[in-house]
Amino acid sequence: MVNPLSVAVVGSGPSGAYCARLLSEDGSLDARVDVYERLPAPYGLVRYGVAPDHQKIKSITASLAEILEHPRVRFVGNVAVGSDVSLDGLRRHYDAVILACGASVGRRLGITGEDLPGVFSATDFVAWYSGHPDAAVDWFSLTAEQAVVIGVGNVALDVARMLVRTADELRRTDVPEHVVEVLAATSIREITIVGRRGPAFAKFTSKELAELGALESADVVVDPADLILDEEQEAVLAANPAARRVLAKLRAMADREPLGGARSIRFAFACRPAEFLGTTAVEAVRFERSLGRSSELVDVPAQFVLRSIGYRGSRLADMPFDERTGTVPNDVGRVIGPDGPVPGLYAAGWIKRGPTGVIGTNRPDASETVRALVDDMRAAPLKRAAAPGDPVDLLGLGGKAVVDWAGWRAIDRAEREYGERLGRHRVKLHDRTRLLDAASAAAASED
Amino acid sequence: MTYVVTQACVDVKDRSCVDQCPVDCIYEGERMMYIHPDECVDCGACEAACPVSAIFYSYDLTPESEPFLEINAQFFAGIGSPAGASKLGRPGRDHKFVASLPHAGRP
Repeated sequence: MVNPLSVAVVGSGPSGAYCARLLSEDGSLDARVDVYERLPAPYGLVRYGVAPDHQKIKSITASLAEILEHPRVRFVGNVAVGSDVSLDGLRRHYDAVILACGASVGRRLGITGEDLPGVFSATDFVAWYSGHPDAAVDWFSLTAEQAVVIGVGNVALDVARMLVRTADELRRTDVPEHVVEVLAATSIREITIVGRRGPAFAKFTSKELAELGALESADVVVDPADLILDEEQEAVLAANPAARRVLAKLRAMADREPLGGARSIRFAFACRPAEFLGTTAVEAVRFERSLGRSSELVDVPAQFVLRSIGYRGSRLADMPFDERTGTVPNDVGRVIGPDGPVPGLYAAGWIKRGPTGVIGTNRPDASETVRALVDDMRAAPLKRAAAPGDPVDLLGLGGKAVVDWAGWRAIDRAEREYGERLGRHRVKLHDRTRLLDAASAAAASED
Repeated sequence: MTYVVTQACVDVKDRSCVDQCPVDCIYEGERMMYIHPDECVDCGACEAACPVSAIFYSYDLTPESEPFLEINAQFFAGIGSPAGASKLGRPGRDHKFVASLPHAGRP
């Protein structure tokens, strides 16, 4: 094995960070790990996906920061693999490359009317309210009265909750001011969350459902008729304690007297999306509602629709990619190309296994990948292909606006200071230029 | 609010949860695991990982399992918040209620 071992990790979300930790903590490897991130800020979906009102989960960033601050780890921010640097370039200058670039694109339904104005991907809505630099400020205006959220995972509950949060509640989070203004002024009064199958198949957790039920700004309405289960759903419940807990919560919600508030969040199950209706913009969603052996068509009026049916990975540069699953073909983390395993190329996290599990699921997943990598490095003594030197310089990134860890820390400080000025704990910078300005202010003060 | 380890863990200690916890807040007693309520970030990885369904979110505790909310919290009396079970190691004890439970298969 070459010594020191040099590894590039592509992506600074949880799976990339956990790979970096495993490599850097093992002193016998003497590994140097560069974590490439296409955005100026680290943490991937912890920063740009976890709901802003879930600050406790977001506090995971403290442990991810410890990893990225390790002396053997380096954060290389604002560098996009595929455009700023090629994957081949990385493979030439590092002993191994781990793809941990996640799955950040919303899946499509593939039905008529999906491109009508007013129909959006929940992932775009999440990116917008999270202040993602690729999300334009004016993406959303929310002048609708009725909204439909298609999908019954935790993201569906996140977006519904964010649509009814009050200005005060939103100002306790770190969302940008333009997001507070749009969300707080929304005219949306009725949100319908729709599941394709019965409630036993709902993917959200009972914890997230309880949080929705505890909202003071909206009634949660569950139709008791939706909770009459067929044999298939009874079998799911019998085998799955988490599904039993969800059903118990839905039953309690169905029994509840409505608060009579101005807004409501309604659940509808066993409704398969068939078509989006409307001429110049979406006016309703047509569902095929299952009635056991038969079905009926139901039109739910909506001027704002979010499809929240899961994330999907996308091809990055020239990496092997399975368009069907939206993942990188791999065997326990070893990337498989058209001609078999690709030497020195690995995958971890959602781009490896698909968008499943929670943040912690990425720990055992990263362990599997790093174990494969270390086994390979120990089995086949490598000769470094590139001349010795700093890969970041050798790759010609010297002239680019690379955001290093000090740069990120400066962005972090700028966001806290900006928040303080607005009487808030922290406010995210959402504009790429402002992020880079904040980062370079740090570089200037160090010179 | 926090996740809580309940009685089904006693004398099982599968520890799958420990591998998945992103903040290393699940500590090992002699007979069961304990979640640090101030360190838990509510992610839910442990609940899904537990093969004996011993872990619940505090909202989901039943009247029988409700005492374990306090039992998990009290385990850390005198330990404080070490910010990582692997940093602390095993304290070599249990909450007194757990220690007093009869051992399965023994008189």
